[in-house]
Amino acid sequence: MTGLKNQGVPDAGHALHLLRQMLRVRRLEEKCIELYSAAKIRGFLHVYIGEEAVAAGVMETLAPDDAVVATYREHGHALLRGVSAGAILAEMYGHAEGCCRGRGGSMHLFDAATRFYGGNAIVAGGLPLAVGLALADRMAGRQRVTVCFFGEGAVAEGEFHESMNLAALWQLPVLFCCENNLYAMGTALGRSESQTDIALKAAAYEIPAWAVDGMDVLAVEEAARRAVDAVRSGGGPHFLELRTYRFRAHSMFDPELYREKSEVAQWMERDPISLLQGAMEAAGQLPAEDWTALQADVEAEISTAVGFAENGTPEPVSELLRFVYSDRPDDGNGGTGNAEATGNPEATGKGRAAG
Amino acid sequence: MKTTYREAMRAALRDAMQRDDRVFLMGEDVGRYGGSFAVSLGLLEEFGPERIRDTPLSESGFVGAGIGAALGGMRPIVEIMTVNFSLLALDQIINNAATLLHMSGGQFNVPIVIRMTTGAGRQLGAQHSHSLEGWYAHIPGLRILAPATLADARGMLWTSLQDPDPVLIFEHGSLYNVAGEIDDDAGAVDIAKAAVLRHGDALTLITYGGTLPMVLDAAEQLAGEGIEAEVIDLRSLRPLDEHTILDSVARTHRAEVVDEGWRSGSISAEITARIAEKAFYDLDAPVERVCSAEVPVPYAKHLEQAALPSVERIMAGARRAVGAGG
Repeated sequence: MTGLKNQGVPDAGHALHLLRQMLRVRRLEEKCIELYSAAKIRGFLHVYIGEEAVAAGVMETLAPDDAVVATYREHGHALLRGVSAGAILAEMYGHAEGCCRGRGGSMHLFDAATRFYGGNAIVAGGLPLAVGLALADRMAGRQRVTVCFFGEGAVAEGEFHESMNLAALWQLPVLFCCENNLYAMGTALGRSESQTDIALKAAAYEIPAWAVDGMDVLAVEEAARRAVDAVRSGGGPHFLELRTYRFRAHSMFDPELYREKSEVAQWMERDPISLLQGAMEAAGQLPAEDWTALQADVEAEISTAVGFAENGTPEPVSELLRFVYSDRPDDGNGGTGNAEATGNPEATGKGRAAG
Repeated sequence: MKTTYREAMRAALRDAMQRDDRVFLMGEDVGRYGGSFAVSLGLLEEFGPERIRDTPLSESGFVGAGIGAALGGMRPIVEIMTVNFSLLALDQIINNAATLLHMSGGQFNVPIVIRMTTGAGRQLGAQHSHSLEGWYAHIPGLRILAPATLADARGMLWTSLQDPDPVLIFEHGSLYNVAGEIDDDAGAVDIAKAAVLRHGDALTLITYGGTLPMVLDAAEQLAGEGIEAEVIDLRSLRPLDEHTILDSVARTHRAEVVDEGWRSGSISAEITARIAEKAFYDLDAPVERVCSAEVPVPYAKHLEQAALPSVERIMAGARRAVGAGG
C-alpha cells in the first residue's frame, strides 16, 4: 500500500519540507496538550496527532487563492495553510492576538488572508459551505479550488449526501477529503455504517473517488495533486478517502474505552513522521545533523509561538458584542443590531467604533 | 400603479438581478415551475438557469451552499418553500450564517438573503402553516424582516441585499394576492424602523406580517365605536424598533400585541416584556395579546380559524384595554 520503503524518496529536498510540515503540526499539538494540562487552554481540544500526513500532503497542492474548509480538529490544517502558530495559540488562550480575537478557540480557527474557512464544529456542516464557495467561483469564472476536510463520521449526516449531490449535479470545483480515522468520537466505522467503503459513497454520486494511504505523506500529496489538477481544469468534484488513525484520545475528556491499546500501538508503527523519516534515513537522505537542525527549528517556532500567546492581551469585555453584526460606518456602535440585541443601553457607544 | 404583493416581490427580484451580477436566486422550483407561490414566474426565461437556479430537495445543502456562495463574494437569494421546511436548514442558518462573523473575529460576514413563506389560513395543516419568524428573531446575528405592505414587498429585498449580514425575509402566504397601488418609482426602503400606519390616541396595536390587514380592519371598526387606535407595523422583528413602540405607548398608555405565532416564549412576549420593562409607568392597563392557540395548526377550516387571531379577538382585546384602568 505504501510507497515509502527503504529505498528512499525521489526528491529528498521536498521530502524534508514535508517532514518539517508534519513535525510542525506534531510539536504544536504536543505543546497544546501541555498547555491544556497547565490550564492555559480550556474548552474542547481535539488533536490531529497521527493524521498529519493528510493535511501536509493536501495543503502542498493548493494555490494561495484556493479555499480550505476544515473541521474542529483543524490546528494542523490552519498551520499548514499559513496561519501562524502564534495566532493559533493566542486564539486558544482567548487573546485579542488570536486569529479570531478569542471568539473561536481551538475548534473555530478562521483566517481570511489564507482563505481558511474554519474550524467547523458541526459534523458535516462545512460541506455545504464548500459547495457554495465553489459555486461562487464557478459563477464568477474563477479557476479556484475549494478543499473540504471532514471525518468519516460525517458520511452518516444528511448534509454529506446533499453536498455530494449538489457538487456533482452542478459539477463544482470542490475536492472532498474524507479523513477516515475509523472512529466517530468513540463509534467505530463498522458500528455506524452499513457500507464502510467510503469512496463508494462518493462514487454513487458520480464523483471520481479513490482511497489513499493517509499515513504516507507522499502518497497523499500525489493523490491530492492529481485530484486538485483535475478539479481545477474543470473535471468537477473529486473525492479522496484518506485512511489514517488518531493516536490520541478524541478530546481531552475521552477515556478511550472503545478501542484496544494494542490497536493504537499497531497504528503507531505507521506513524507518518517516522515512516518518512525512516525511509529517508535508510537511504542516506536524512543526515543526522539535518534532522537535529529540523527539530531545533520547529522547537524554536513553537517556543516563539508560546511566548507570543503568553504575552497576548485579553480581548476587552467592552468588545463583547462586536462581530455579531458587521461594523457599520454610519452607526458607530458595531451594527444596529448589537445594542438592540440585549436591550442593554450600555451596549451602545464607547469602544464600538467601526473598523 | 396597480400591483399585487406577489408582483411587487417579483419586481424586486428582477430589479436586483438586473442591478447586480452577483445576485442569483436559488431554491426548490424557483425556475421551471415558476416558484411554488409563483413569485419567480418568468424569471428563468429572463435570467437563465445559472441565476435562477433550481435545487434538489436539500434545504440544508442549498442554504449552506448559499452561505458559502456569500462567503465567496456572491449575493445569493435563497428561497425556502415554507418556514416549516426551513427547519431542515436550521444547522446552516443558525450554526453558520448567524455565527461565522462572530466566530471568525469579524473576518467572514455572510451577505445572504433567505426568503420563505410563513403562516396559516389556507388549510395546509401543521407542517405547512406555522409562524416561526419570532423564533428566528431569537437568534443574534440574523436580521428578521416581515414585509406586510406592497411597498415593503417591493422595497425590502434590495436593502437586504446591501446588508453585509444574513437577512431572513418572511412572506405570509395570505398576502401574495393582496392588490393595491404603489408608486411607479417604488424602490428600496429602510429595514430598520417600524412604521406607524394609523395614528390614534386610545391604544397602540402592534403587529407585523400576515396579521397587519386584520389589525387595520379592526382599527377601522374600533374607530366606529369611538376608539382611535394607533397601528404599528413592526416590519423588522430583529432588530426590534423599540423606540417606535415605546414612543407610541407613552402617548396612548395602552397596548395590544397581535402575533400569529404562539404566545409562549414568543416575539409577542418579548414586546410585552420590553413595554413592561421600559414603559411600565406609562401604562394605564395591562398589555393585551392576541396570538395563535397553542396547538399545531389543524386542517379543518373552522378549527384553523379558531386557532388564529381574528378581527373579533383583536377588537375584544382593544375594548378590554380601553375599558380597564383609568
